[in-house]
Amino acid sequence: MESLLDFGPLVQEFATILAGFWSTIRLTVMSAVLALVLGTVLVAMRVSPTPVLRSVGTFYVNILRNTPLTLVLLLCALGLSDTLQLTLSRDPGINYYWWAIAGLSAYTAAFVCEALRAGINTVPVGQAEAARAIGLTFTQSLRLIVLPQAFRSVIAPLGSILIALTKNTTIVIVAGYIEASAVMKQMFDDYGGTLPIFLGFAAGYMVLTLPTGFFFGWLARRLAVVR
Amino acid sequence: MRLRQFGAALLSAATLVGGLAACGSSGPSSALAKAKDEKKLTIGVKYDQPGMGLKKPDGTVEGFDVDVAKYIAKELGVPESGITWKEARSANRETFLAQGQVDLIVATYSITEARKPKVTFAGPFYLAHQDTLVRADDTSITSLDSLKGKRICQVTGSNSWKNIAEGTNKESKKVDVTLVPAGAYDECITKLKGNALDAVTTDDMILAGYAKREGSALKVTGAPFTDEKYGVGLKKGDKETCEAVNKAITKMYQDGTIKQLFEKHFSGTGLNFTATGAPPAEGCS
Repeated sequence: MESLLDFGPLVQEFATILAGFWSTIRLTVMSAVLALVLGTVLVAMRVSPTPVLRSVGTFYVNILRNTPLTLVLLLCALGLSDTLQLTLSRDPGINYYWWAIAGLSAYTAAFVCEALRAGINTVPVGQAEAARAIGLTFTQSLRLIVLPQAFRSVIAPLGSILIALTKNTTIVIVAGYIEASAVMKQMFDDYGGTLPIFLGFAAGYMVLTLPTGFFFGWLARRLAVVR
Repeated sequence: MRLRQFGAALLSAATLVGGLAACGSSGPSSALAKAKDEKKLTIGVKYDQPGMGLKKPDGTVEGFDVDVAKYIAKELGVPESGITWKEARSANRETFLAQGQVDLIVATYSITEARKPKVTFAGPFYLAHQDTLVRADDTSITSLDSLKGKRICQVTGSNSWKNIAEGTNKESKKVDVTLVPAGAYDECITKLKGNALDAVTTDDMILAGYAKREGSALKVTGAPFTDEKYGVGLKKGDKETCEAVNKAITKMYQDGTIKQLFEKHFSGTGLNFTATGAPPAEGCS
């Protein structure tokens, strides 16, 4: 039984574990940036006066938000990259890294879009009407008046989406990229699936996600729009 | 106040861990005693390895490991109806044995020095070798050396890639390869066929199963470079059962059952049964 409560493997493989979490961070940060950009474009489409743009935006959100992430990643890696040979780099490591990010950010963008749309709904309609009255175009009023207020009211939900994204990276092994949870799986095979290894990795994820939660909570209070 | 709550949380966490550690220390003294008294055994096998251990849609399990386990159980005095099958994944094998959730494990379980402190191994009952699976039209890969610069599949939760990249093979040769990660060997096969990697490498029996399934598209190179001693995993210190299983394995070679079982599962894959006698026993410890 002693061998099952042995924290030794965590010490021995410390460098590998750190490398695994570094991969997790690289995936999360890059996907978060792309998802934020894509989500903002999507929300602009969903509130635009053009019916075609609106329906395209709605279609995208409904498809991606209701498809399991595993399937999205499998489509990217096995479908687009391996079978259709749409490779982004000749180095497999870089190719699968970018395909994993493509899948993660395409999926997360749908949630970012919906959070932002909720934020837009908190901006009083009078603001948009006033912007139109002084002669701003749709793009100008969205960029200068509506979106800045919308963003500030949904910082906390965006933080939750970022935390969810961090934890969602644990399945990118299906897209052929190794991050912390894949390192854990390998360690389970090398040392046996023991509680200490599991606890070590759970703590590692909390080191990433807890501060994210606190930071976004603080940011949300600080930047809240006083009405 | 906050601090006290935190302390209470820590305490309850510690109790939980202690509770988990405490369970599993009970149970019968040895698998052999259980087999003799109750005529029952719980055996861990793979559920996802074609040819070795595979669970079929109707709920039964089949494969080389499964048939070997049935033979050993019979020798220990347990009929087939007394066997309860349980899925043993690579990651939970040691835990299952230590906690007594299974009595023995026959699940492509290689006897290694790293595992010996945690598990008592009977056997080995078969000597497998690591080999390489490539596309049928690929003539550039013929040996361990020719893998240099090639893209090989790195399955997380499997040690096969380490034998090449970290030099733990018969020739102690580190080969400079590009690793392509994948979650399972099935994904490797898709990638191999789609030209996203050049070679899939693991135990020849596992490769043979895939080569048979894929037909003429893939081939096994037939240049083995490791010895994988497939053993029967037992709870650490269960020497009594270990001796009995070793006897069963010797008998299985003497009466030719092992060859029949091998041919039942691997005929037509290009993999031949070459062993003339039981592989040298590792000794029970």
